[in-house]
Amino acid sequence: MSALLEVGELRVSFPGSRGRVVPVDGVSFTLSRGETLALVGESGAGKSLTSLALLRLVPPPGRIDPGAALRLDGTDLLGLEGEALRRIRGRRIAMVFQDPMTSLNPVLTIGDQISETIRAHFRLPAREARRRAESLLTEVGLGDSTDRYGSYPHQLSGGMRQRVMLAIALAAEPDLLIADEPTSALDVTVQAQILELLDRLKAARAMAVLLITHDLGIVAGRADRVAVMYAGRIVEEAPVDRLFAQPAHPYTKGLLASLPRLRGPRKPLGAIPGSVPVPGQWPVGCRFHPRCPQAMPRCLTEPPVVPLAAGHSMRCWLGVKES
Amino acid sequence: MRTSWQTIWSDRGGRLGIILLALFLLITLLAPAVLPDPRTMPDIAGGALLPPSPAHLLGTDHYSRDVLARLVAGARVSLAVAMGAVLISVTLGAAVGLVAGYLGGAIDAILMRLVDAALAIPRLFLLLLMVAIMEHIPLGVLILVIGATGWFGTSRLVRAEVMRLRTLDFVRAAEALGATRRGVVARHLLPNVAGPLAAATTLAVGDVILLEAGLSFLGLGVQPPTPSWGGMILDSKPFLVYAPWTSLPPGLAIVLTVLAVNLVGEALAQDSAGARP
Repeated sequence: MSALLEVGELRVSFPGSRGRVVPVDGVSFTLSRGETLALVGESGAGKSLTSLALLRLVPPPGRIDPGAALRLDGTDLLGLEGEALRRIRGRRIAMVFQDPMTSLNPVLTIGDQISETIRAHFRLPAREARRRAESLLTEVGLGDSTDRYGSYPHQLSGGMRQRVMLAIALAAEPDLLIADEPTSALDVTVQAQILELLDRLKAARAMAVLLITHDLGIVAGRADRVAVMYAGRIVEEAPVDRLFAQPAHPYTKGLLASLPRLRGPRKPLGAIPGSVPVPGQWPVGCRFHPRCPQAMPRCLTEPPVVPLAAGHSMRCWLGVKES
Repeated sequence: MRTSWQTIWSDRGGRLGIILLALFLLITLLAPAVLPDPRTMPDIAGGALLPPSPAHLLGTDHYSRDVLARLVAGARVSLAVAMGAVLISVTLGAAVGLVAGYLGGAIDAILMRLVDAALAIPRLFLLLLMVAIMEHIPLGVLILVIGATGWFGTSRLVRAEVMRLRTLDFVRAAEALGATRRGVVARHLLPNVAGPLAAATTLAVGDVILLEAGLSFLGLGVQPPTPSWGGMILDSKPFLVYAPWTSLPPGLAIVLTVLAVNLVGEALAQDSAGARP
């Protein structure tokens, strides 16, 4: 299976008072059709910026540094400009934002907002666009009422709005859906419904999904592979089951230890001491070493990416045998 | 969603403004059918500067013309000038504000410095200059000139709103999903600046009525024999003391119309300040 999306050595930098600040620093991953990759990390790890970079929507004055590779189905996304780029956005790669309360235009009906995206990518008469929008609303579970199409965002609950956002994102039948914290702004019960819907839509359309989240609990049942991000880098990548069963990187272990468990002996929740360093003030060598319980002298030099098993790798000196 | 009408009607001042405006509009539209034409039918037999009487409800002016008839005809002219000019200035202001606010960068900087320069000159001087260059001013040109000097503030307002809106998630989401620039402007930005724009537009109508009256009073606006409120006050200036019915009605008409328009504008402004995305 060839990869749908290839990201290589992606660096996003912003000008700072003392040289450029690099919040995303050499991120590489691939994603195949029908596959869900979860990008996990704390706030400030560079997850959202990575996803915006895929759409070439890094807010100015930020930029994608030269030397990165961004390929979708063989097309070099970094070489596209203007209209060609617009045709990628929404049509090939679509995005669902975190907060459904602010991601919808308050003065347009939800139906119009879906139709708009359809007509931005397909030459269709208004009536046909409306028909498709209505069937999308049904697909995301909002087909119960006849006049959902004419509803305004303020008439809907948060969960319903996120369903609308999904309908809009799917309007142009994208190959890749980026879901940036799609459930963080929702109630826990609604979270599960939206994630199930996301799964169902993915399966029905054979889409690839890039699920960005800070919540490992969400990842467990949904993703095929997980990439853990820390301070602008991917520190560990593994198939989801293996990551939960045999986490290798001390940061991943720390994250998993901080999850509450329903079964097993009761013990205090683990916490990782300290907090994520701010971009621009990253420690030398391994960026996690000041917080790492297993830090050693050579962590002051840049750790290599070490393959551990099929599809499992980490960026840590612990994987390297002493020579 | 509350409509603009409901918004204005629920405000006490706004309701008064609407009622007054509706009344004026009705009179303006219906009265010419029953009143003598102000230009062609001076009441020579009745005499000049007659005080109010059943035959001439507001008396006659120094050319024996019916003051009420001229007042109503003047309303048509004054309101037409105001609406025409505001339509031009709002369109220009919204267009410049949208372009500057959405595109930003060098285009924004250039446009806004030009607006700064234009705002530095008081509007009346700008108008006087333009009007003074021309010998005789047709009504259409007057509308154009007033409209062309009135959009600077509007463009500022729209630009500020657009700059706020374009950072919001729904605009970014539309861009991320491949909306065209035109689509973003027409469907996401413009409808969301409509509230503040409507308020500013309404208030601008009041401003332009005053401006046109001022220009006409100076003899530089609507040219006789076409009646306008400012022109009527100018004409009756020599008779201010012993024939006050010639100048008070147009003065009152100006005050009441501007008041009514401003009441409506205030009601809209308060609402758009209260509920924003």
